[in-house]
Amino acid sequence: MSQNPILVFVETTPDGTVAKSAAGLLGAAAAIGEPTALIVTAPGLSAAAASAVAQLGAMRVLTVEDLRLTDTFIAPLVDALAAAFENVEPDAVLLSNSVDGRDLAARFAVRAGLALAVDAVALSRDEEGVVASHSVYGGAYNVDSAVTSGAFVVTVRQGAIDARAEAQEPVVESLTVAPSNTPAATITDFEPLISNATRPDLRGAAKVVSGGRGLQSAEKFVLVEELADSLGAAVGASRAAVDAGYVPQSYQVGQTGVSVSPQLYIALGISGAIQHRAGMQTAKTIVAINKDADAPIFQIADFGIVGDVFSVVPQLISSLESRKA
Amino acid sequence: MVNQSVLAGAGRHGGSIYRQWCGDMKIVVLLKEVPDTYGDRKLDLDSGIADRAASDALTDEVDERALELAITYADSHSDTEVVVVTMAPASAAVSMRKALAIGGTSVVHVADDRLAGADTGLTAEVLSAAVARAGYDLIIAGNVSTDGYGGVVPAMMAERLGIPQATNLEAVQIYPDHVEGKRATETGLYTVSAPLPALISVTEKLPEVRFAGFKGIMAAKKKPYESLSLDDLGVVVDDETAARSIVVAVAERPARTAGVIVVDEGTAGEQLADFLIQNRLV
Repeated sequence: MSQNPILVFVETTPDGTVAKSAAGLLGAAAAIGEPTALIVTAPGLSAAAASAVAQLGAMRVLTVEDLRLTDTFIAPLVDALAAAFENVEPDAVLLSNSVDGRDLAARFAVRAGLALAVDAVALSRDEEGVVASHSVYGGAYNVDSAVTSGAFVVTVRQGAIDARAEAQEPVVESLTVAPSNTPAATITDFEPLISNATRPDLRGAAKVVSGGRGLQSAEKFVLVEELADSLGAAVGASRAAVDAGYVPQSYQVGQTGVSVSPQLYIALGISGAIQHRAGMQTAKTIVAINKDADAPIFQIADFGIVGDVFSVVPQLISSLESRKA
Repeated sequence: MVNQSVLAGAGRHGGSIYRQWCGDMKIVVLLKEVPDTYGDRKLDLDSGIADRAASDALTDEVDERALELAITYADSHSDTEVVVVTMAPASAAVSMRKALAIGGTSVVHVADDRLAGADTGLTAEVLSAAVARAGYDLIIAGNVSTDGYGGVVPAMMAERLGIPQATNLEAVQIYPDHVEGKRATETGLYTVSAPLPALISVTEKLPEVRFAGFKGIMAAKKKPYESLSLDDLGVVVDDETAARSIVVAVAERPARTAGVIVVDEGTAGEQLADFLIQNRLV
């Protein structure tokens, strides 16, 4: 038996691709114990995913192939995780704090009678067990949580864990799961999200350039993308820009969108309402450009420019390019 | 499908068969009162529990959208009951009255001092008990609260109640015997469908809540308002065998301070390029 096993649920897309969150989850697990990964796929897709997961540091990989996965929402995953939990007897169960990961963690924690902590940004151990660290109220407070008894179920913020586990030789076991027949919702259609492969993901990006209402229109929002591409940064937006229809909701940084902690965050035409600051104020360096000298974003900016984004940003881009040359 | 959902419902809350056969619909909307995100929010540094006195409290905006969804259905289906359920200190009554003024039929308010600092598991247990007691065909919640930012209580309730869930919906259609919606995840957009009784959670893509009119405000005063304690629900808080998540440390992060601010006089873009290069940020 392994020492201090940690069970990691690895998300896969419907075509069996391992989610990007897997590397951070396995990195976090390796720091507090020996990572065992669980992969649940449609029939025929688990082998490739299993070797990818071993490469990311899983010492043991449990696979479940379930035909129900394509049309039955969440229930097959809960059944598989419950079976893997009995098999592994881990000290903690780690999942991504994604839309699916939260639902699965919630249902599994209730079914197994375990305590749940969400949106951890770090994991550690003290003499009594696993401790989850959280950054709450938009990074204004650091809170550590632990469990009164039993294994700890923890969802981990995407992009928060920098640690990576060493690659392992694949040790793969297929797991048999008895379906629970819990009433479940049916999936009737799926449209995959087309992601922009040339730009980094907002979650976990080292640099982020975000635009707000000050960009004035969807057409003019291109300026944000130009600066982002010149810096190799991800593109974000304030809720005002999303509500105004400049960019899709997946760009939204803030309380009700994505929380980011990049090395560099550049806010263009963003006033800096608390909802927005809550999603970015843990960035190492914050730069803000805004016409309004009283904009609250300047209270937290390391470098602020009171000026017009449409003249300052093009000058910044050409200045950076001329010095690169 | 219809028979199955009716039978599933019958085991948990006897009223459901009657309701579904008669075309009635009982929708429970879960409302949470949260600190206003427009102001500073504080945590108590000894307990790690939200300091409710430090900021204005109001109903979470996404939960109001859940309420709007229920009331919109009720607008076109007159035999619909919209029961608002909350777990909050007694002071939340003001927000709950507003929900009645907007169009809720009744309120079930679980208020108990022993619930201060309840974790998600206990919260789901209490709300499930309250919802089961009230009876339901459809439960609607906001997807994620703006304070705890957990987003797990709805799914925990669905597991406890043994019903299907369709969470994180950005578009919803409610039918007499099932509910359909578009579920947005990091990988794509799923179309999901669940037979009633079921639980859904909705995102801020749904329409904003309407305003309460004068008539609604007056009518709210006469609507049923039930206050419940943990004893009424038979929920035991200090069960030593129950696994709970607890706060073991809390610290306030030092506030950020403003750095250099320049007013653009034609060279600010170049000055910013200097700053980024000097700090090795490009």
